[in-house]
Amino acid sequence: MDFTRRDTLALGMGAVALTVLPFRANAAADDAIAAFTGGAAMADTGVTLTAPEIAENGNTVPIAVEAEGAVAIMVLAAGNPTPGVATFTFGELAGAHSASTRIRLAGTQDVIAIAQMADGSFAKASSNVKVTIGGCGG
Amino acid sequence: MAEGVKPRVKAPSKAAAGEAVVLKTLISHQMESGQRKNADGTPIPRSIINRFTCEFNGKSVIDIKMEPAISTNPYFEFEAVIPEAGDLKFTWYDDDGSVYEDVKSVAIG
Amino acid sequence: MKFKAMTAVAALLLSVPAMTLADPDEDSLVINGELEVVTETAAPAHLSDALDTIYSGWRFREDETQALQADDFDNPGMVFADLGLDQWNKVEGEAGKSCASCHGTPEESMKGVRAVYPKWNETAGEVRTLAMQINGCRTENMKAEPYKYTSGEMTNMEALISVQSRGMPVDVAIDGPVQATWEAGKEMYYTRFGQLELSCANCHEDNYGNMIRADHLSQGQINGFPTYRLKNAKLNQVHDRFKGCIRDTRGHTFDPGSPEFVALELYVASRGNGLSVEGPSVRN
Repeated sequence: MDFTRRDTLALGMGAVALTVLPFRANAAADDAIAAFTGGAAMADTGVTLTAPEIAENGNTVPIAVEAEGAVAIMVLAAGNPTPGVATFTFGELAGAHSASTRIRLAGTQDVIAIAQMADGSFAKASSNVKVTIGGCGG
Repeated sequence: MAEGVKPRVKAPSKAAAGEAVVLKTLISHQMESGQRKNADGTPIPRSIINRFTCEFNGKSVIDIKMEPAISTNPYFEFEAVIPEAGDLKFTWYDDDGSVYEDVKSVAIG
Repeated sequence: MKFKAMTAVAALLLSVPAMTLADPDEDSLVINGELEVVTETAAPAHLSDALDTIYSGWRFREDETQALQADDFDNPGMVFADLGLDQWNKVEGEAGKSCASCHGTPEESMKGVRAVYPKWNETAGEVRTLAMQINGCRTENMKAEPYKYTSGEMTNMEALISVQSRGMPVDVAIDGPVQATWEAGKEMYYTRFGQLELSCANCHEDNYGNMIRADHLSQGQINGFPTYRLKNAKLNQVHDRFKGCIRDTRGHTFDPGSPEFVALELYVASRGNGLSVEGPSVRN
């Protein structure tokens, strides 16, 4: 019997005695998105967001964003007390339009990346990251 | 300038003209989010680095607006195009008005 | 995903606390593309009746966390080694010296040092941890104030010194003048503490590889200390971790720098003899 945390989580979040912090969502995230896009529609391809499925620790979660030809990428954490994480604006000497960083997540939630493309259109990607309580934090 | 704030940057010392190079930057900074509370329950005020920029010979590579959700000891990895020999300038802007800088020279070769 | 088999087993699982088997992974650690780090090796002779193989804590972490140690510019602990270097070069104390005055550069003088600590100090007539030796030098030779045992300054210095032994095998002596201290540390390792009545061995020898709630239990090796913990986003020392562990058994804990923790550190270090020094490492 070879259980990984992923398998156990898939079985049934409530059923197994796992301490996963409750799913958080935040209306402020929608406001931030609207402010960035002006209400424009967002395509679901064009920006890639890489984030772990399960964060080893919510205090320091590595993520990466990439959007070819993007002017800027905004990252939000929909379940944090305030959703803003960072906005990356690429200058004329940017190489690939990508960036990696480490962020704080207050609990299990969606991390959202919105890219503003050079032609004024927008693209969105999101990734659900599970944030767990450790067993023996010390 | 706050105590113990130190940048640490990985940049190549040389590149081919027009090459895109990977840059890694870290700076030791608490990034006090404003969410934490003292032992007596009073909130600890926010005090973070709120902006990071990288320029090469005065032209922008990247400009990052940073919020309290960026982890302590902020880290960024990104790419810059090196058209000619020159200096990469990295600048971090603190809520308290301090500005931290690091410069790495890149030769063409 | 093997759902049918798992749903059958799930019914069984529901009745027992969620303990899942997740052995150390098979990954290997190479730093900066060139420094090979030994994270798995045969257990030292003194452990032969308890363990066959010893693993670094690195092997029990998620891929994303492991990746943070592969490059010295990804590793957030390294900026603290940089701060340690600033301290190394700083003149302090009435003798008007810095560490550099006697020791030159860390690369020259500190190679292999971390790998053999804690160790016996003949002049002082005691087992010394690295922190105790650093303060010994500061007070006796520099005539400077000692660092507070678990301060950022001490931890920065430990990180700087650990880097100079990175990749070298841990090799602490367990006999001769240190034997009594080692035996005391060994006894403590197997003593149950706290309301939860847990000994170090209960988790780290009997249950390494298992999950304790959402944490992946390691063997509790200390070859990676001082370690940058994602949890508090800073470097942590061995004695701080011991203190946290005992506090987690809901027991009254010992102090960093205490004889009990010095003995325990010596014993726990010897359980890792053969693994590479990894500090500063990155853990959760």
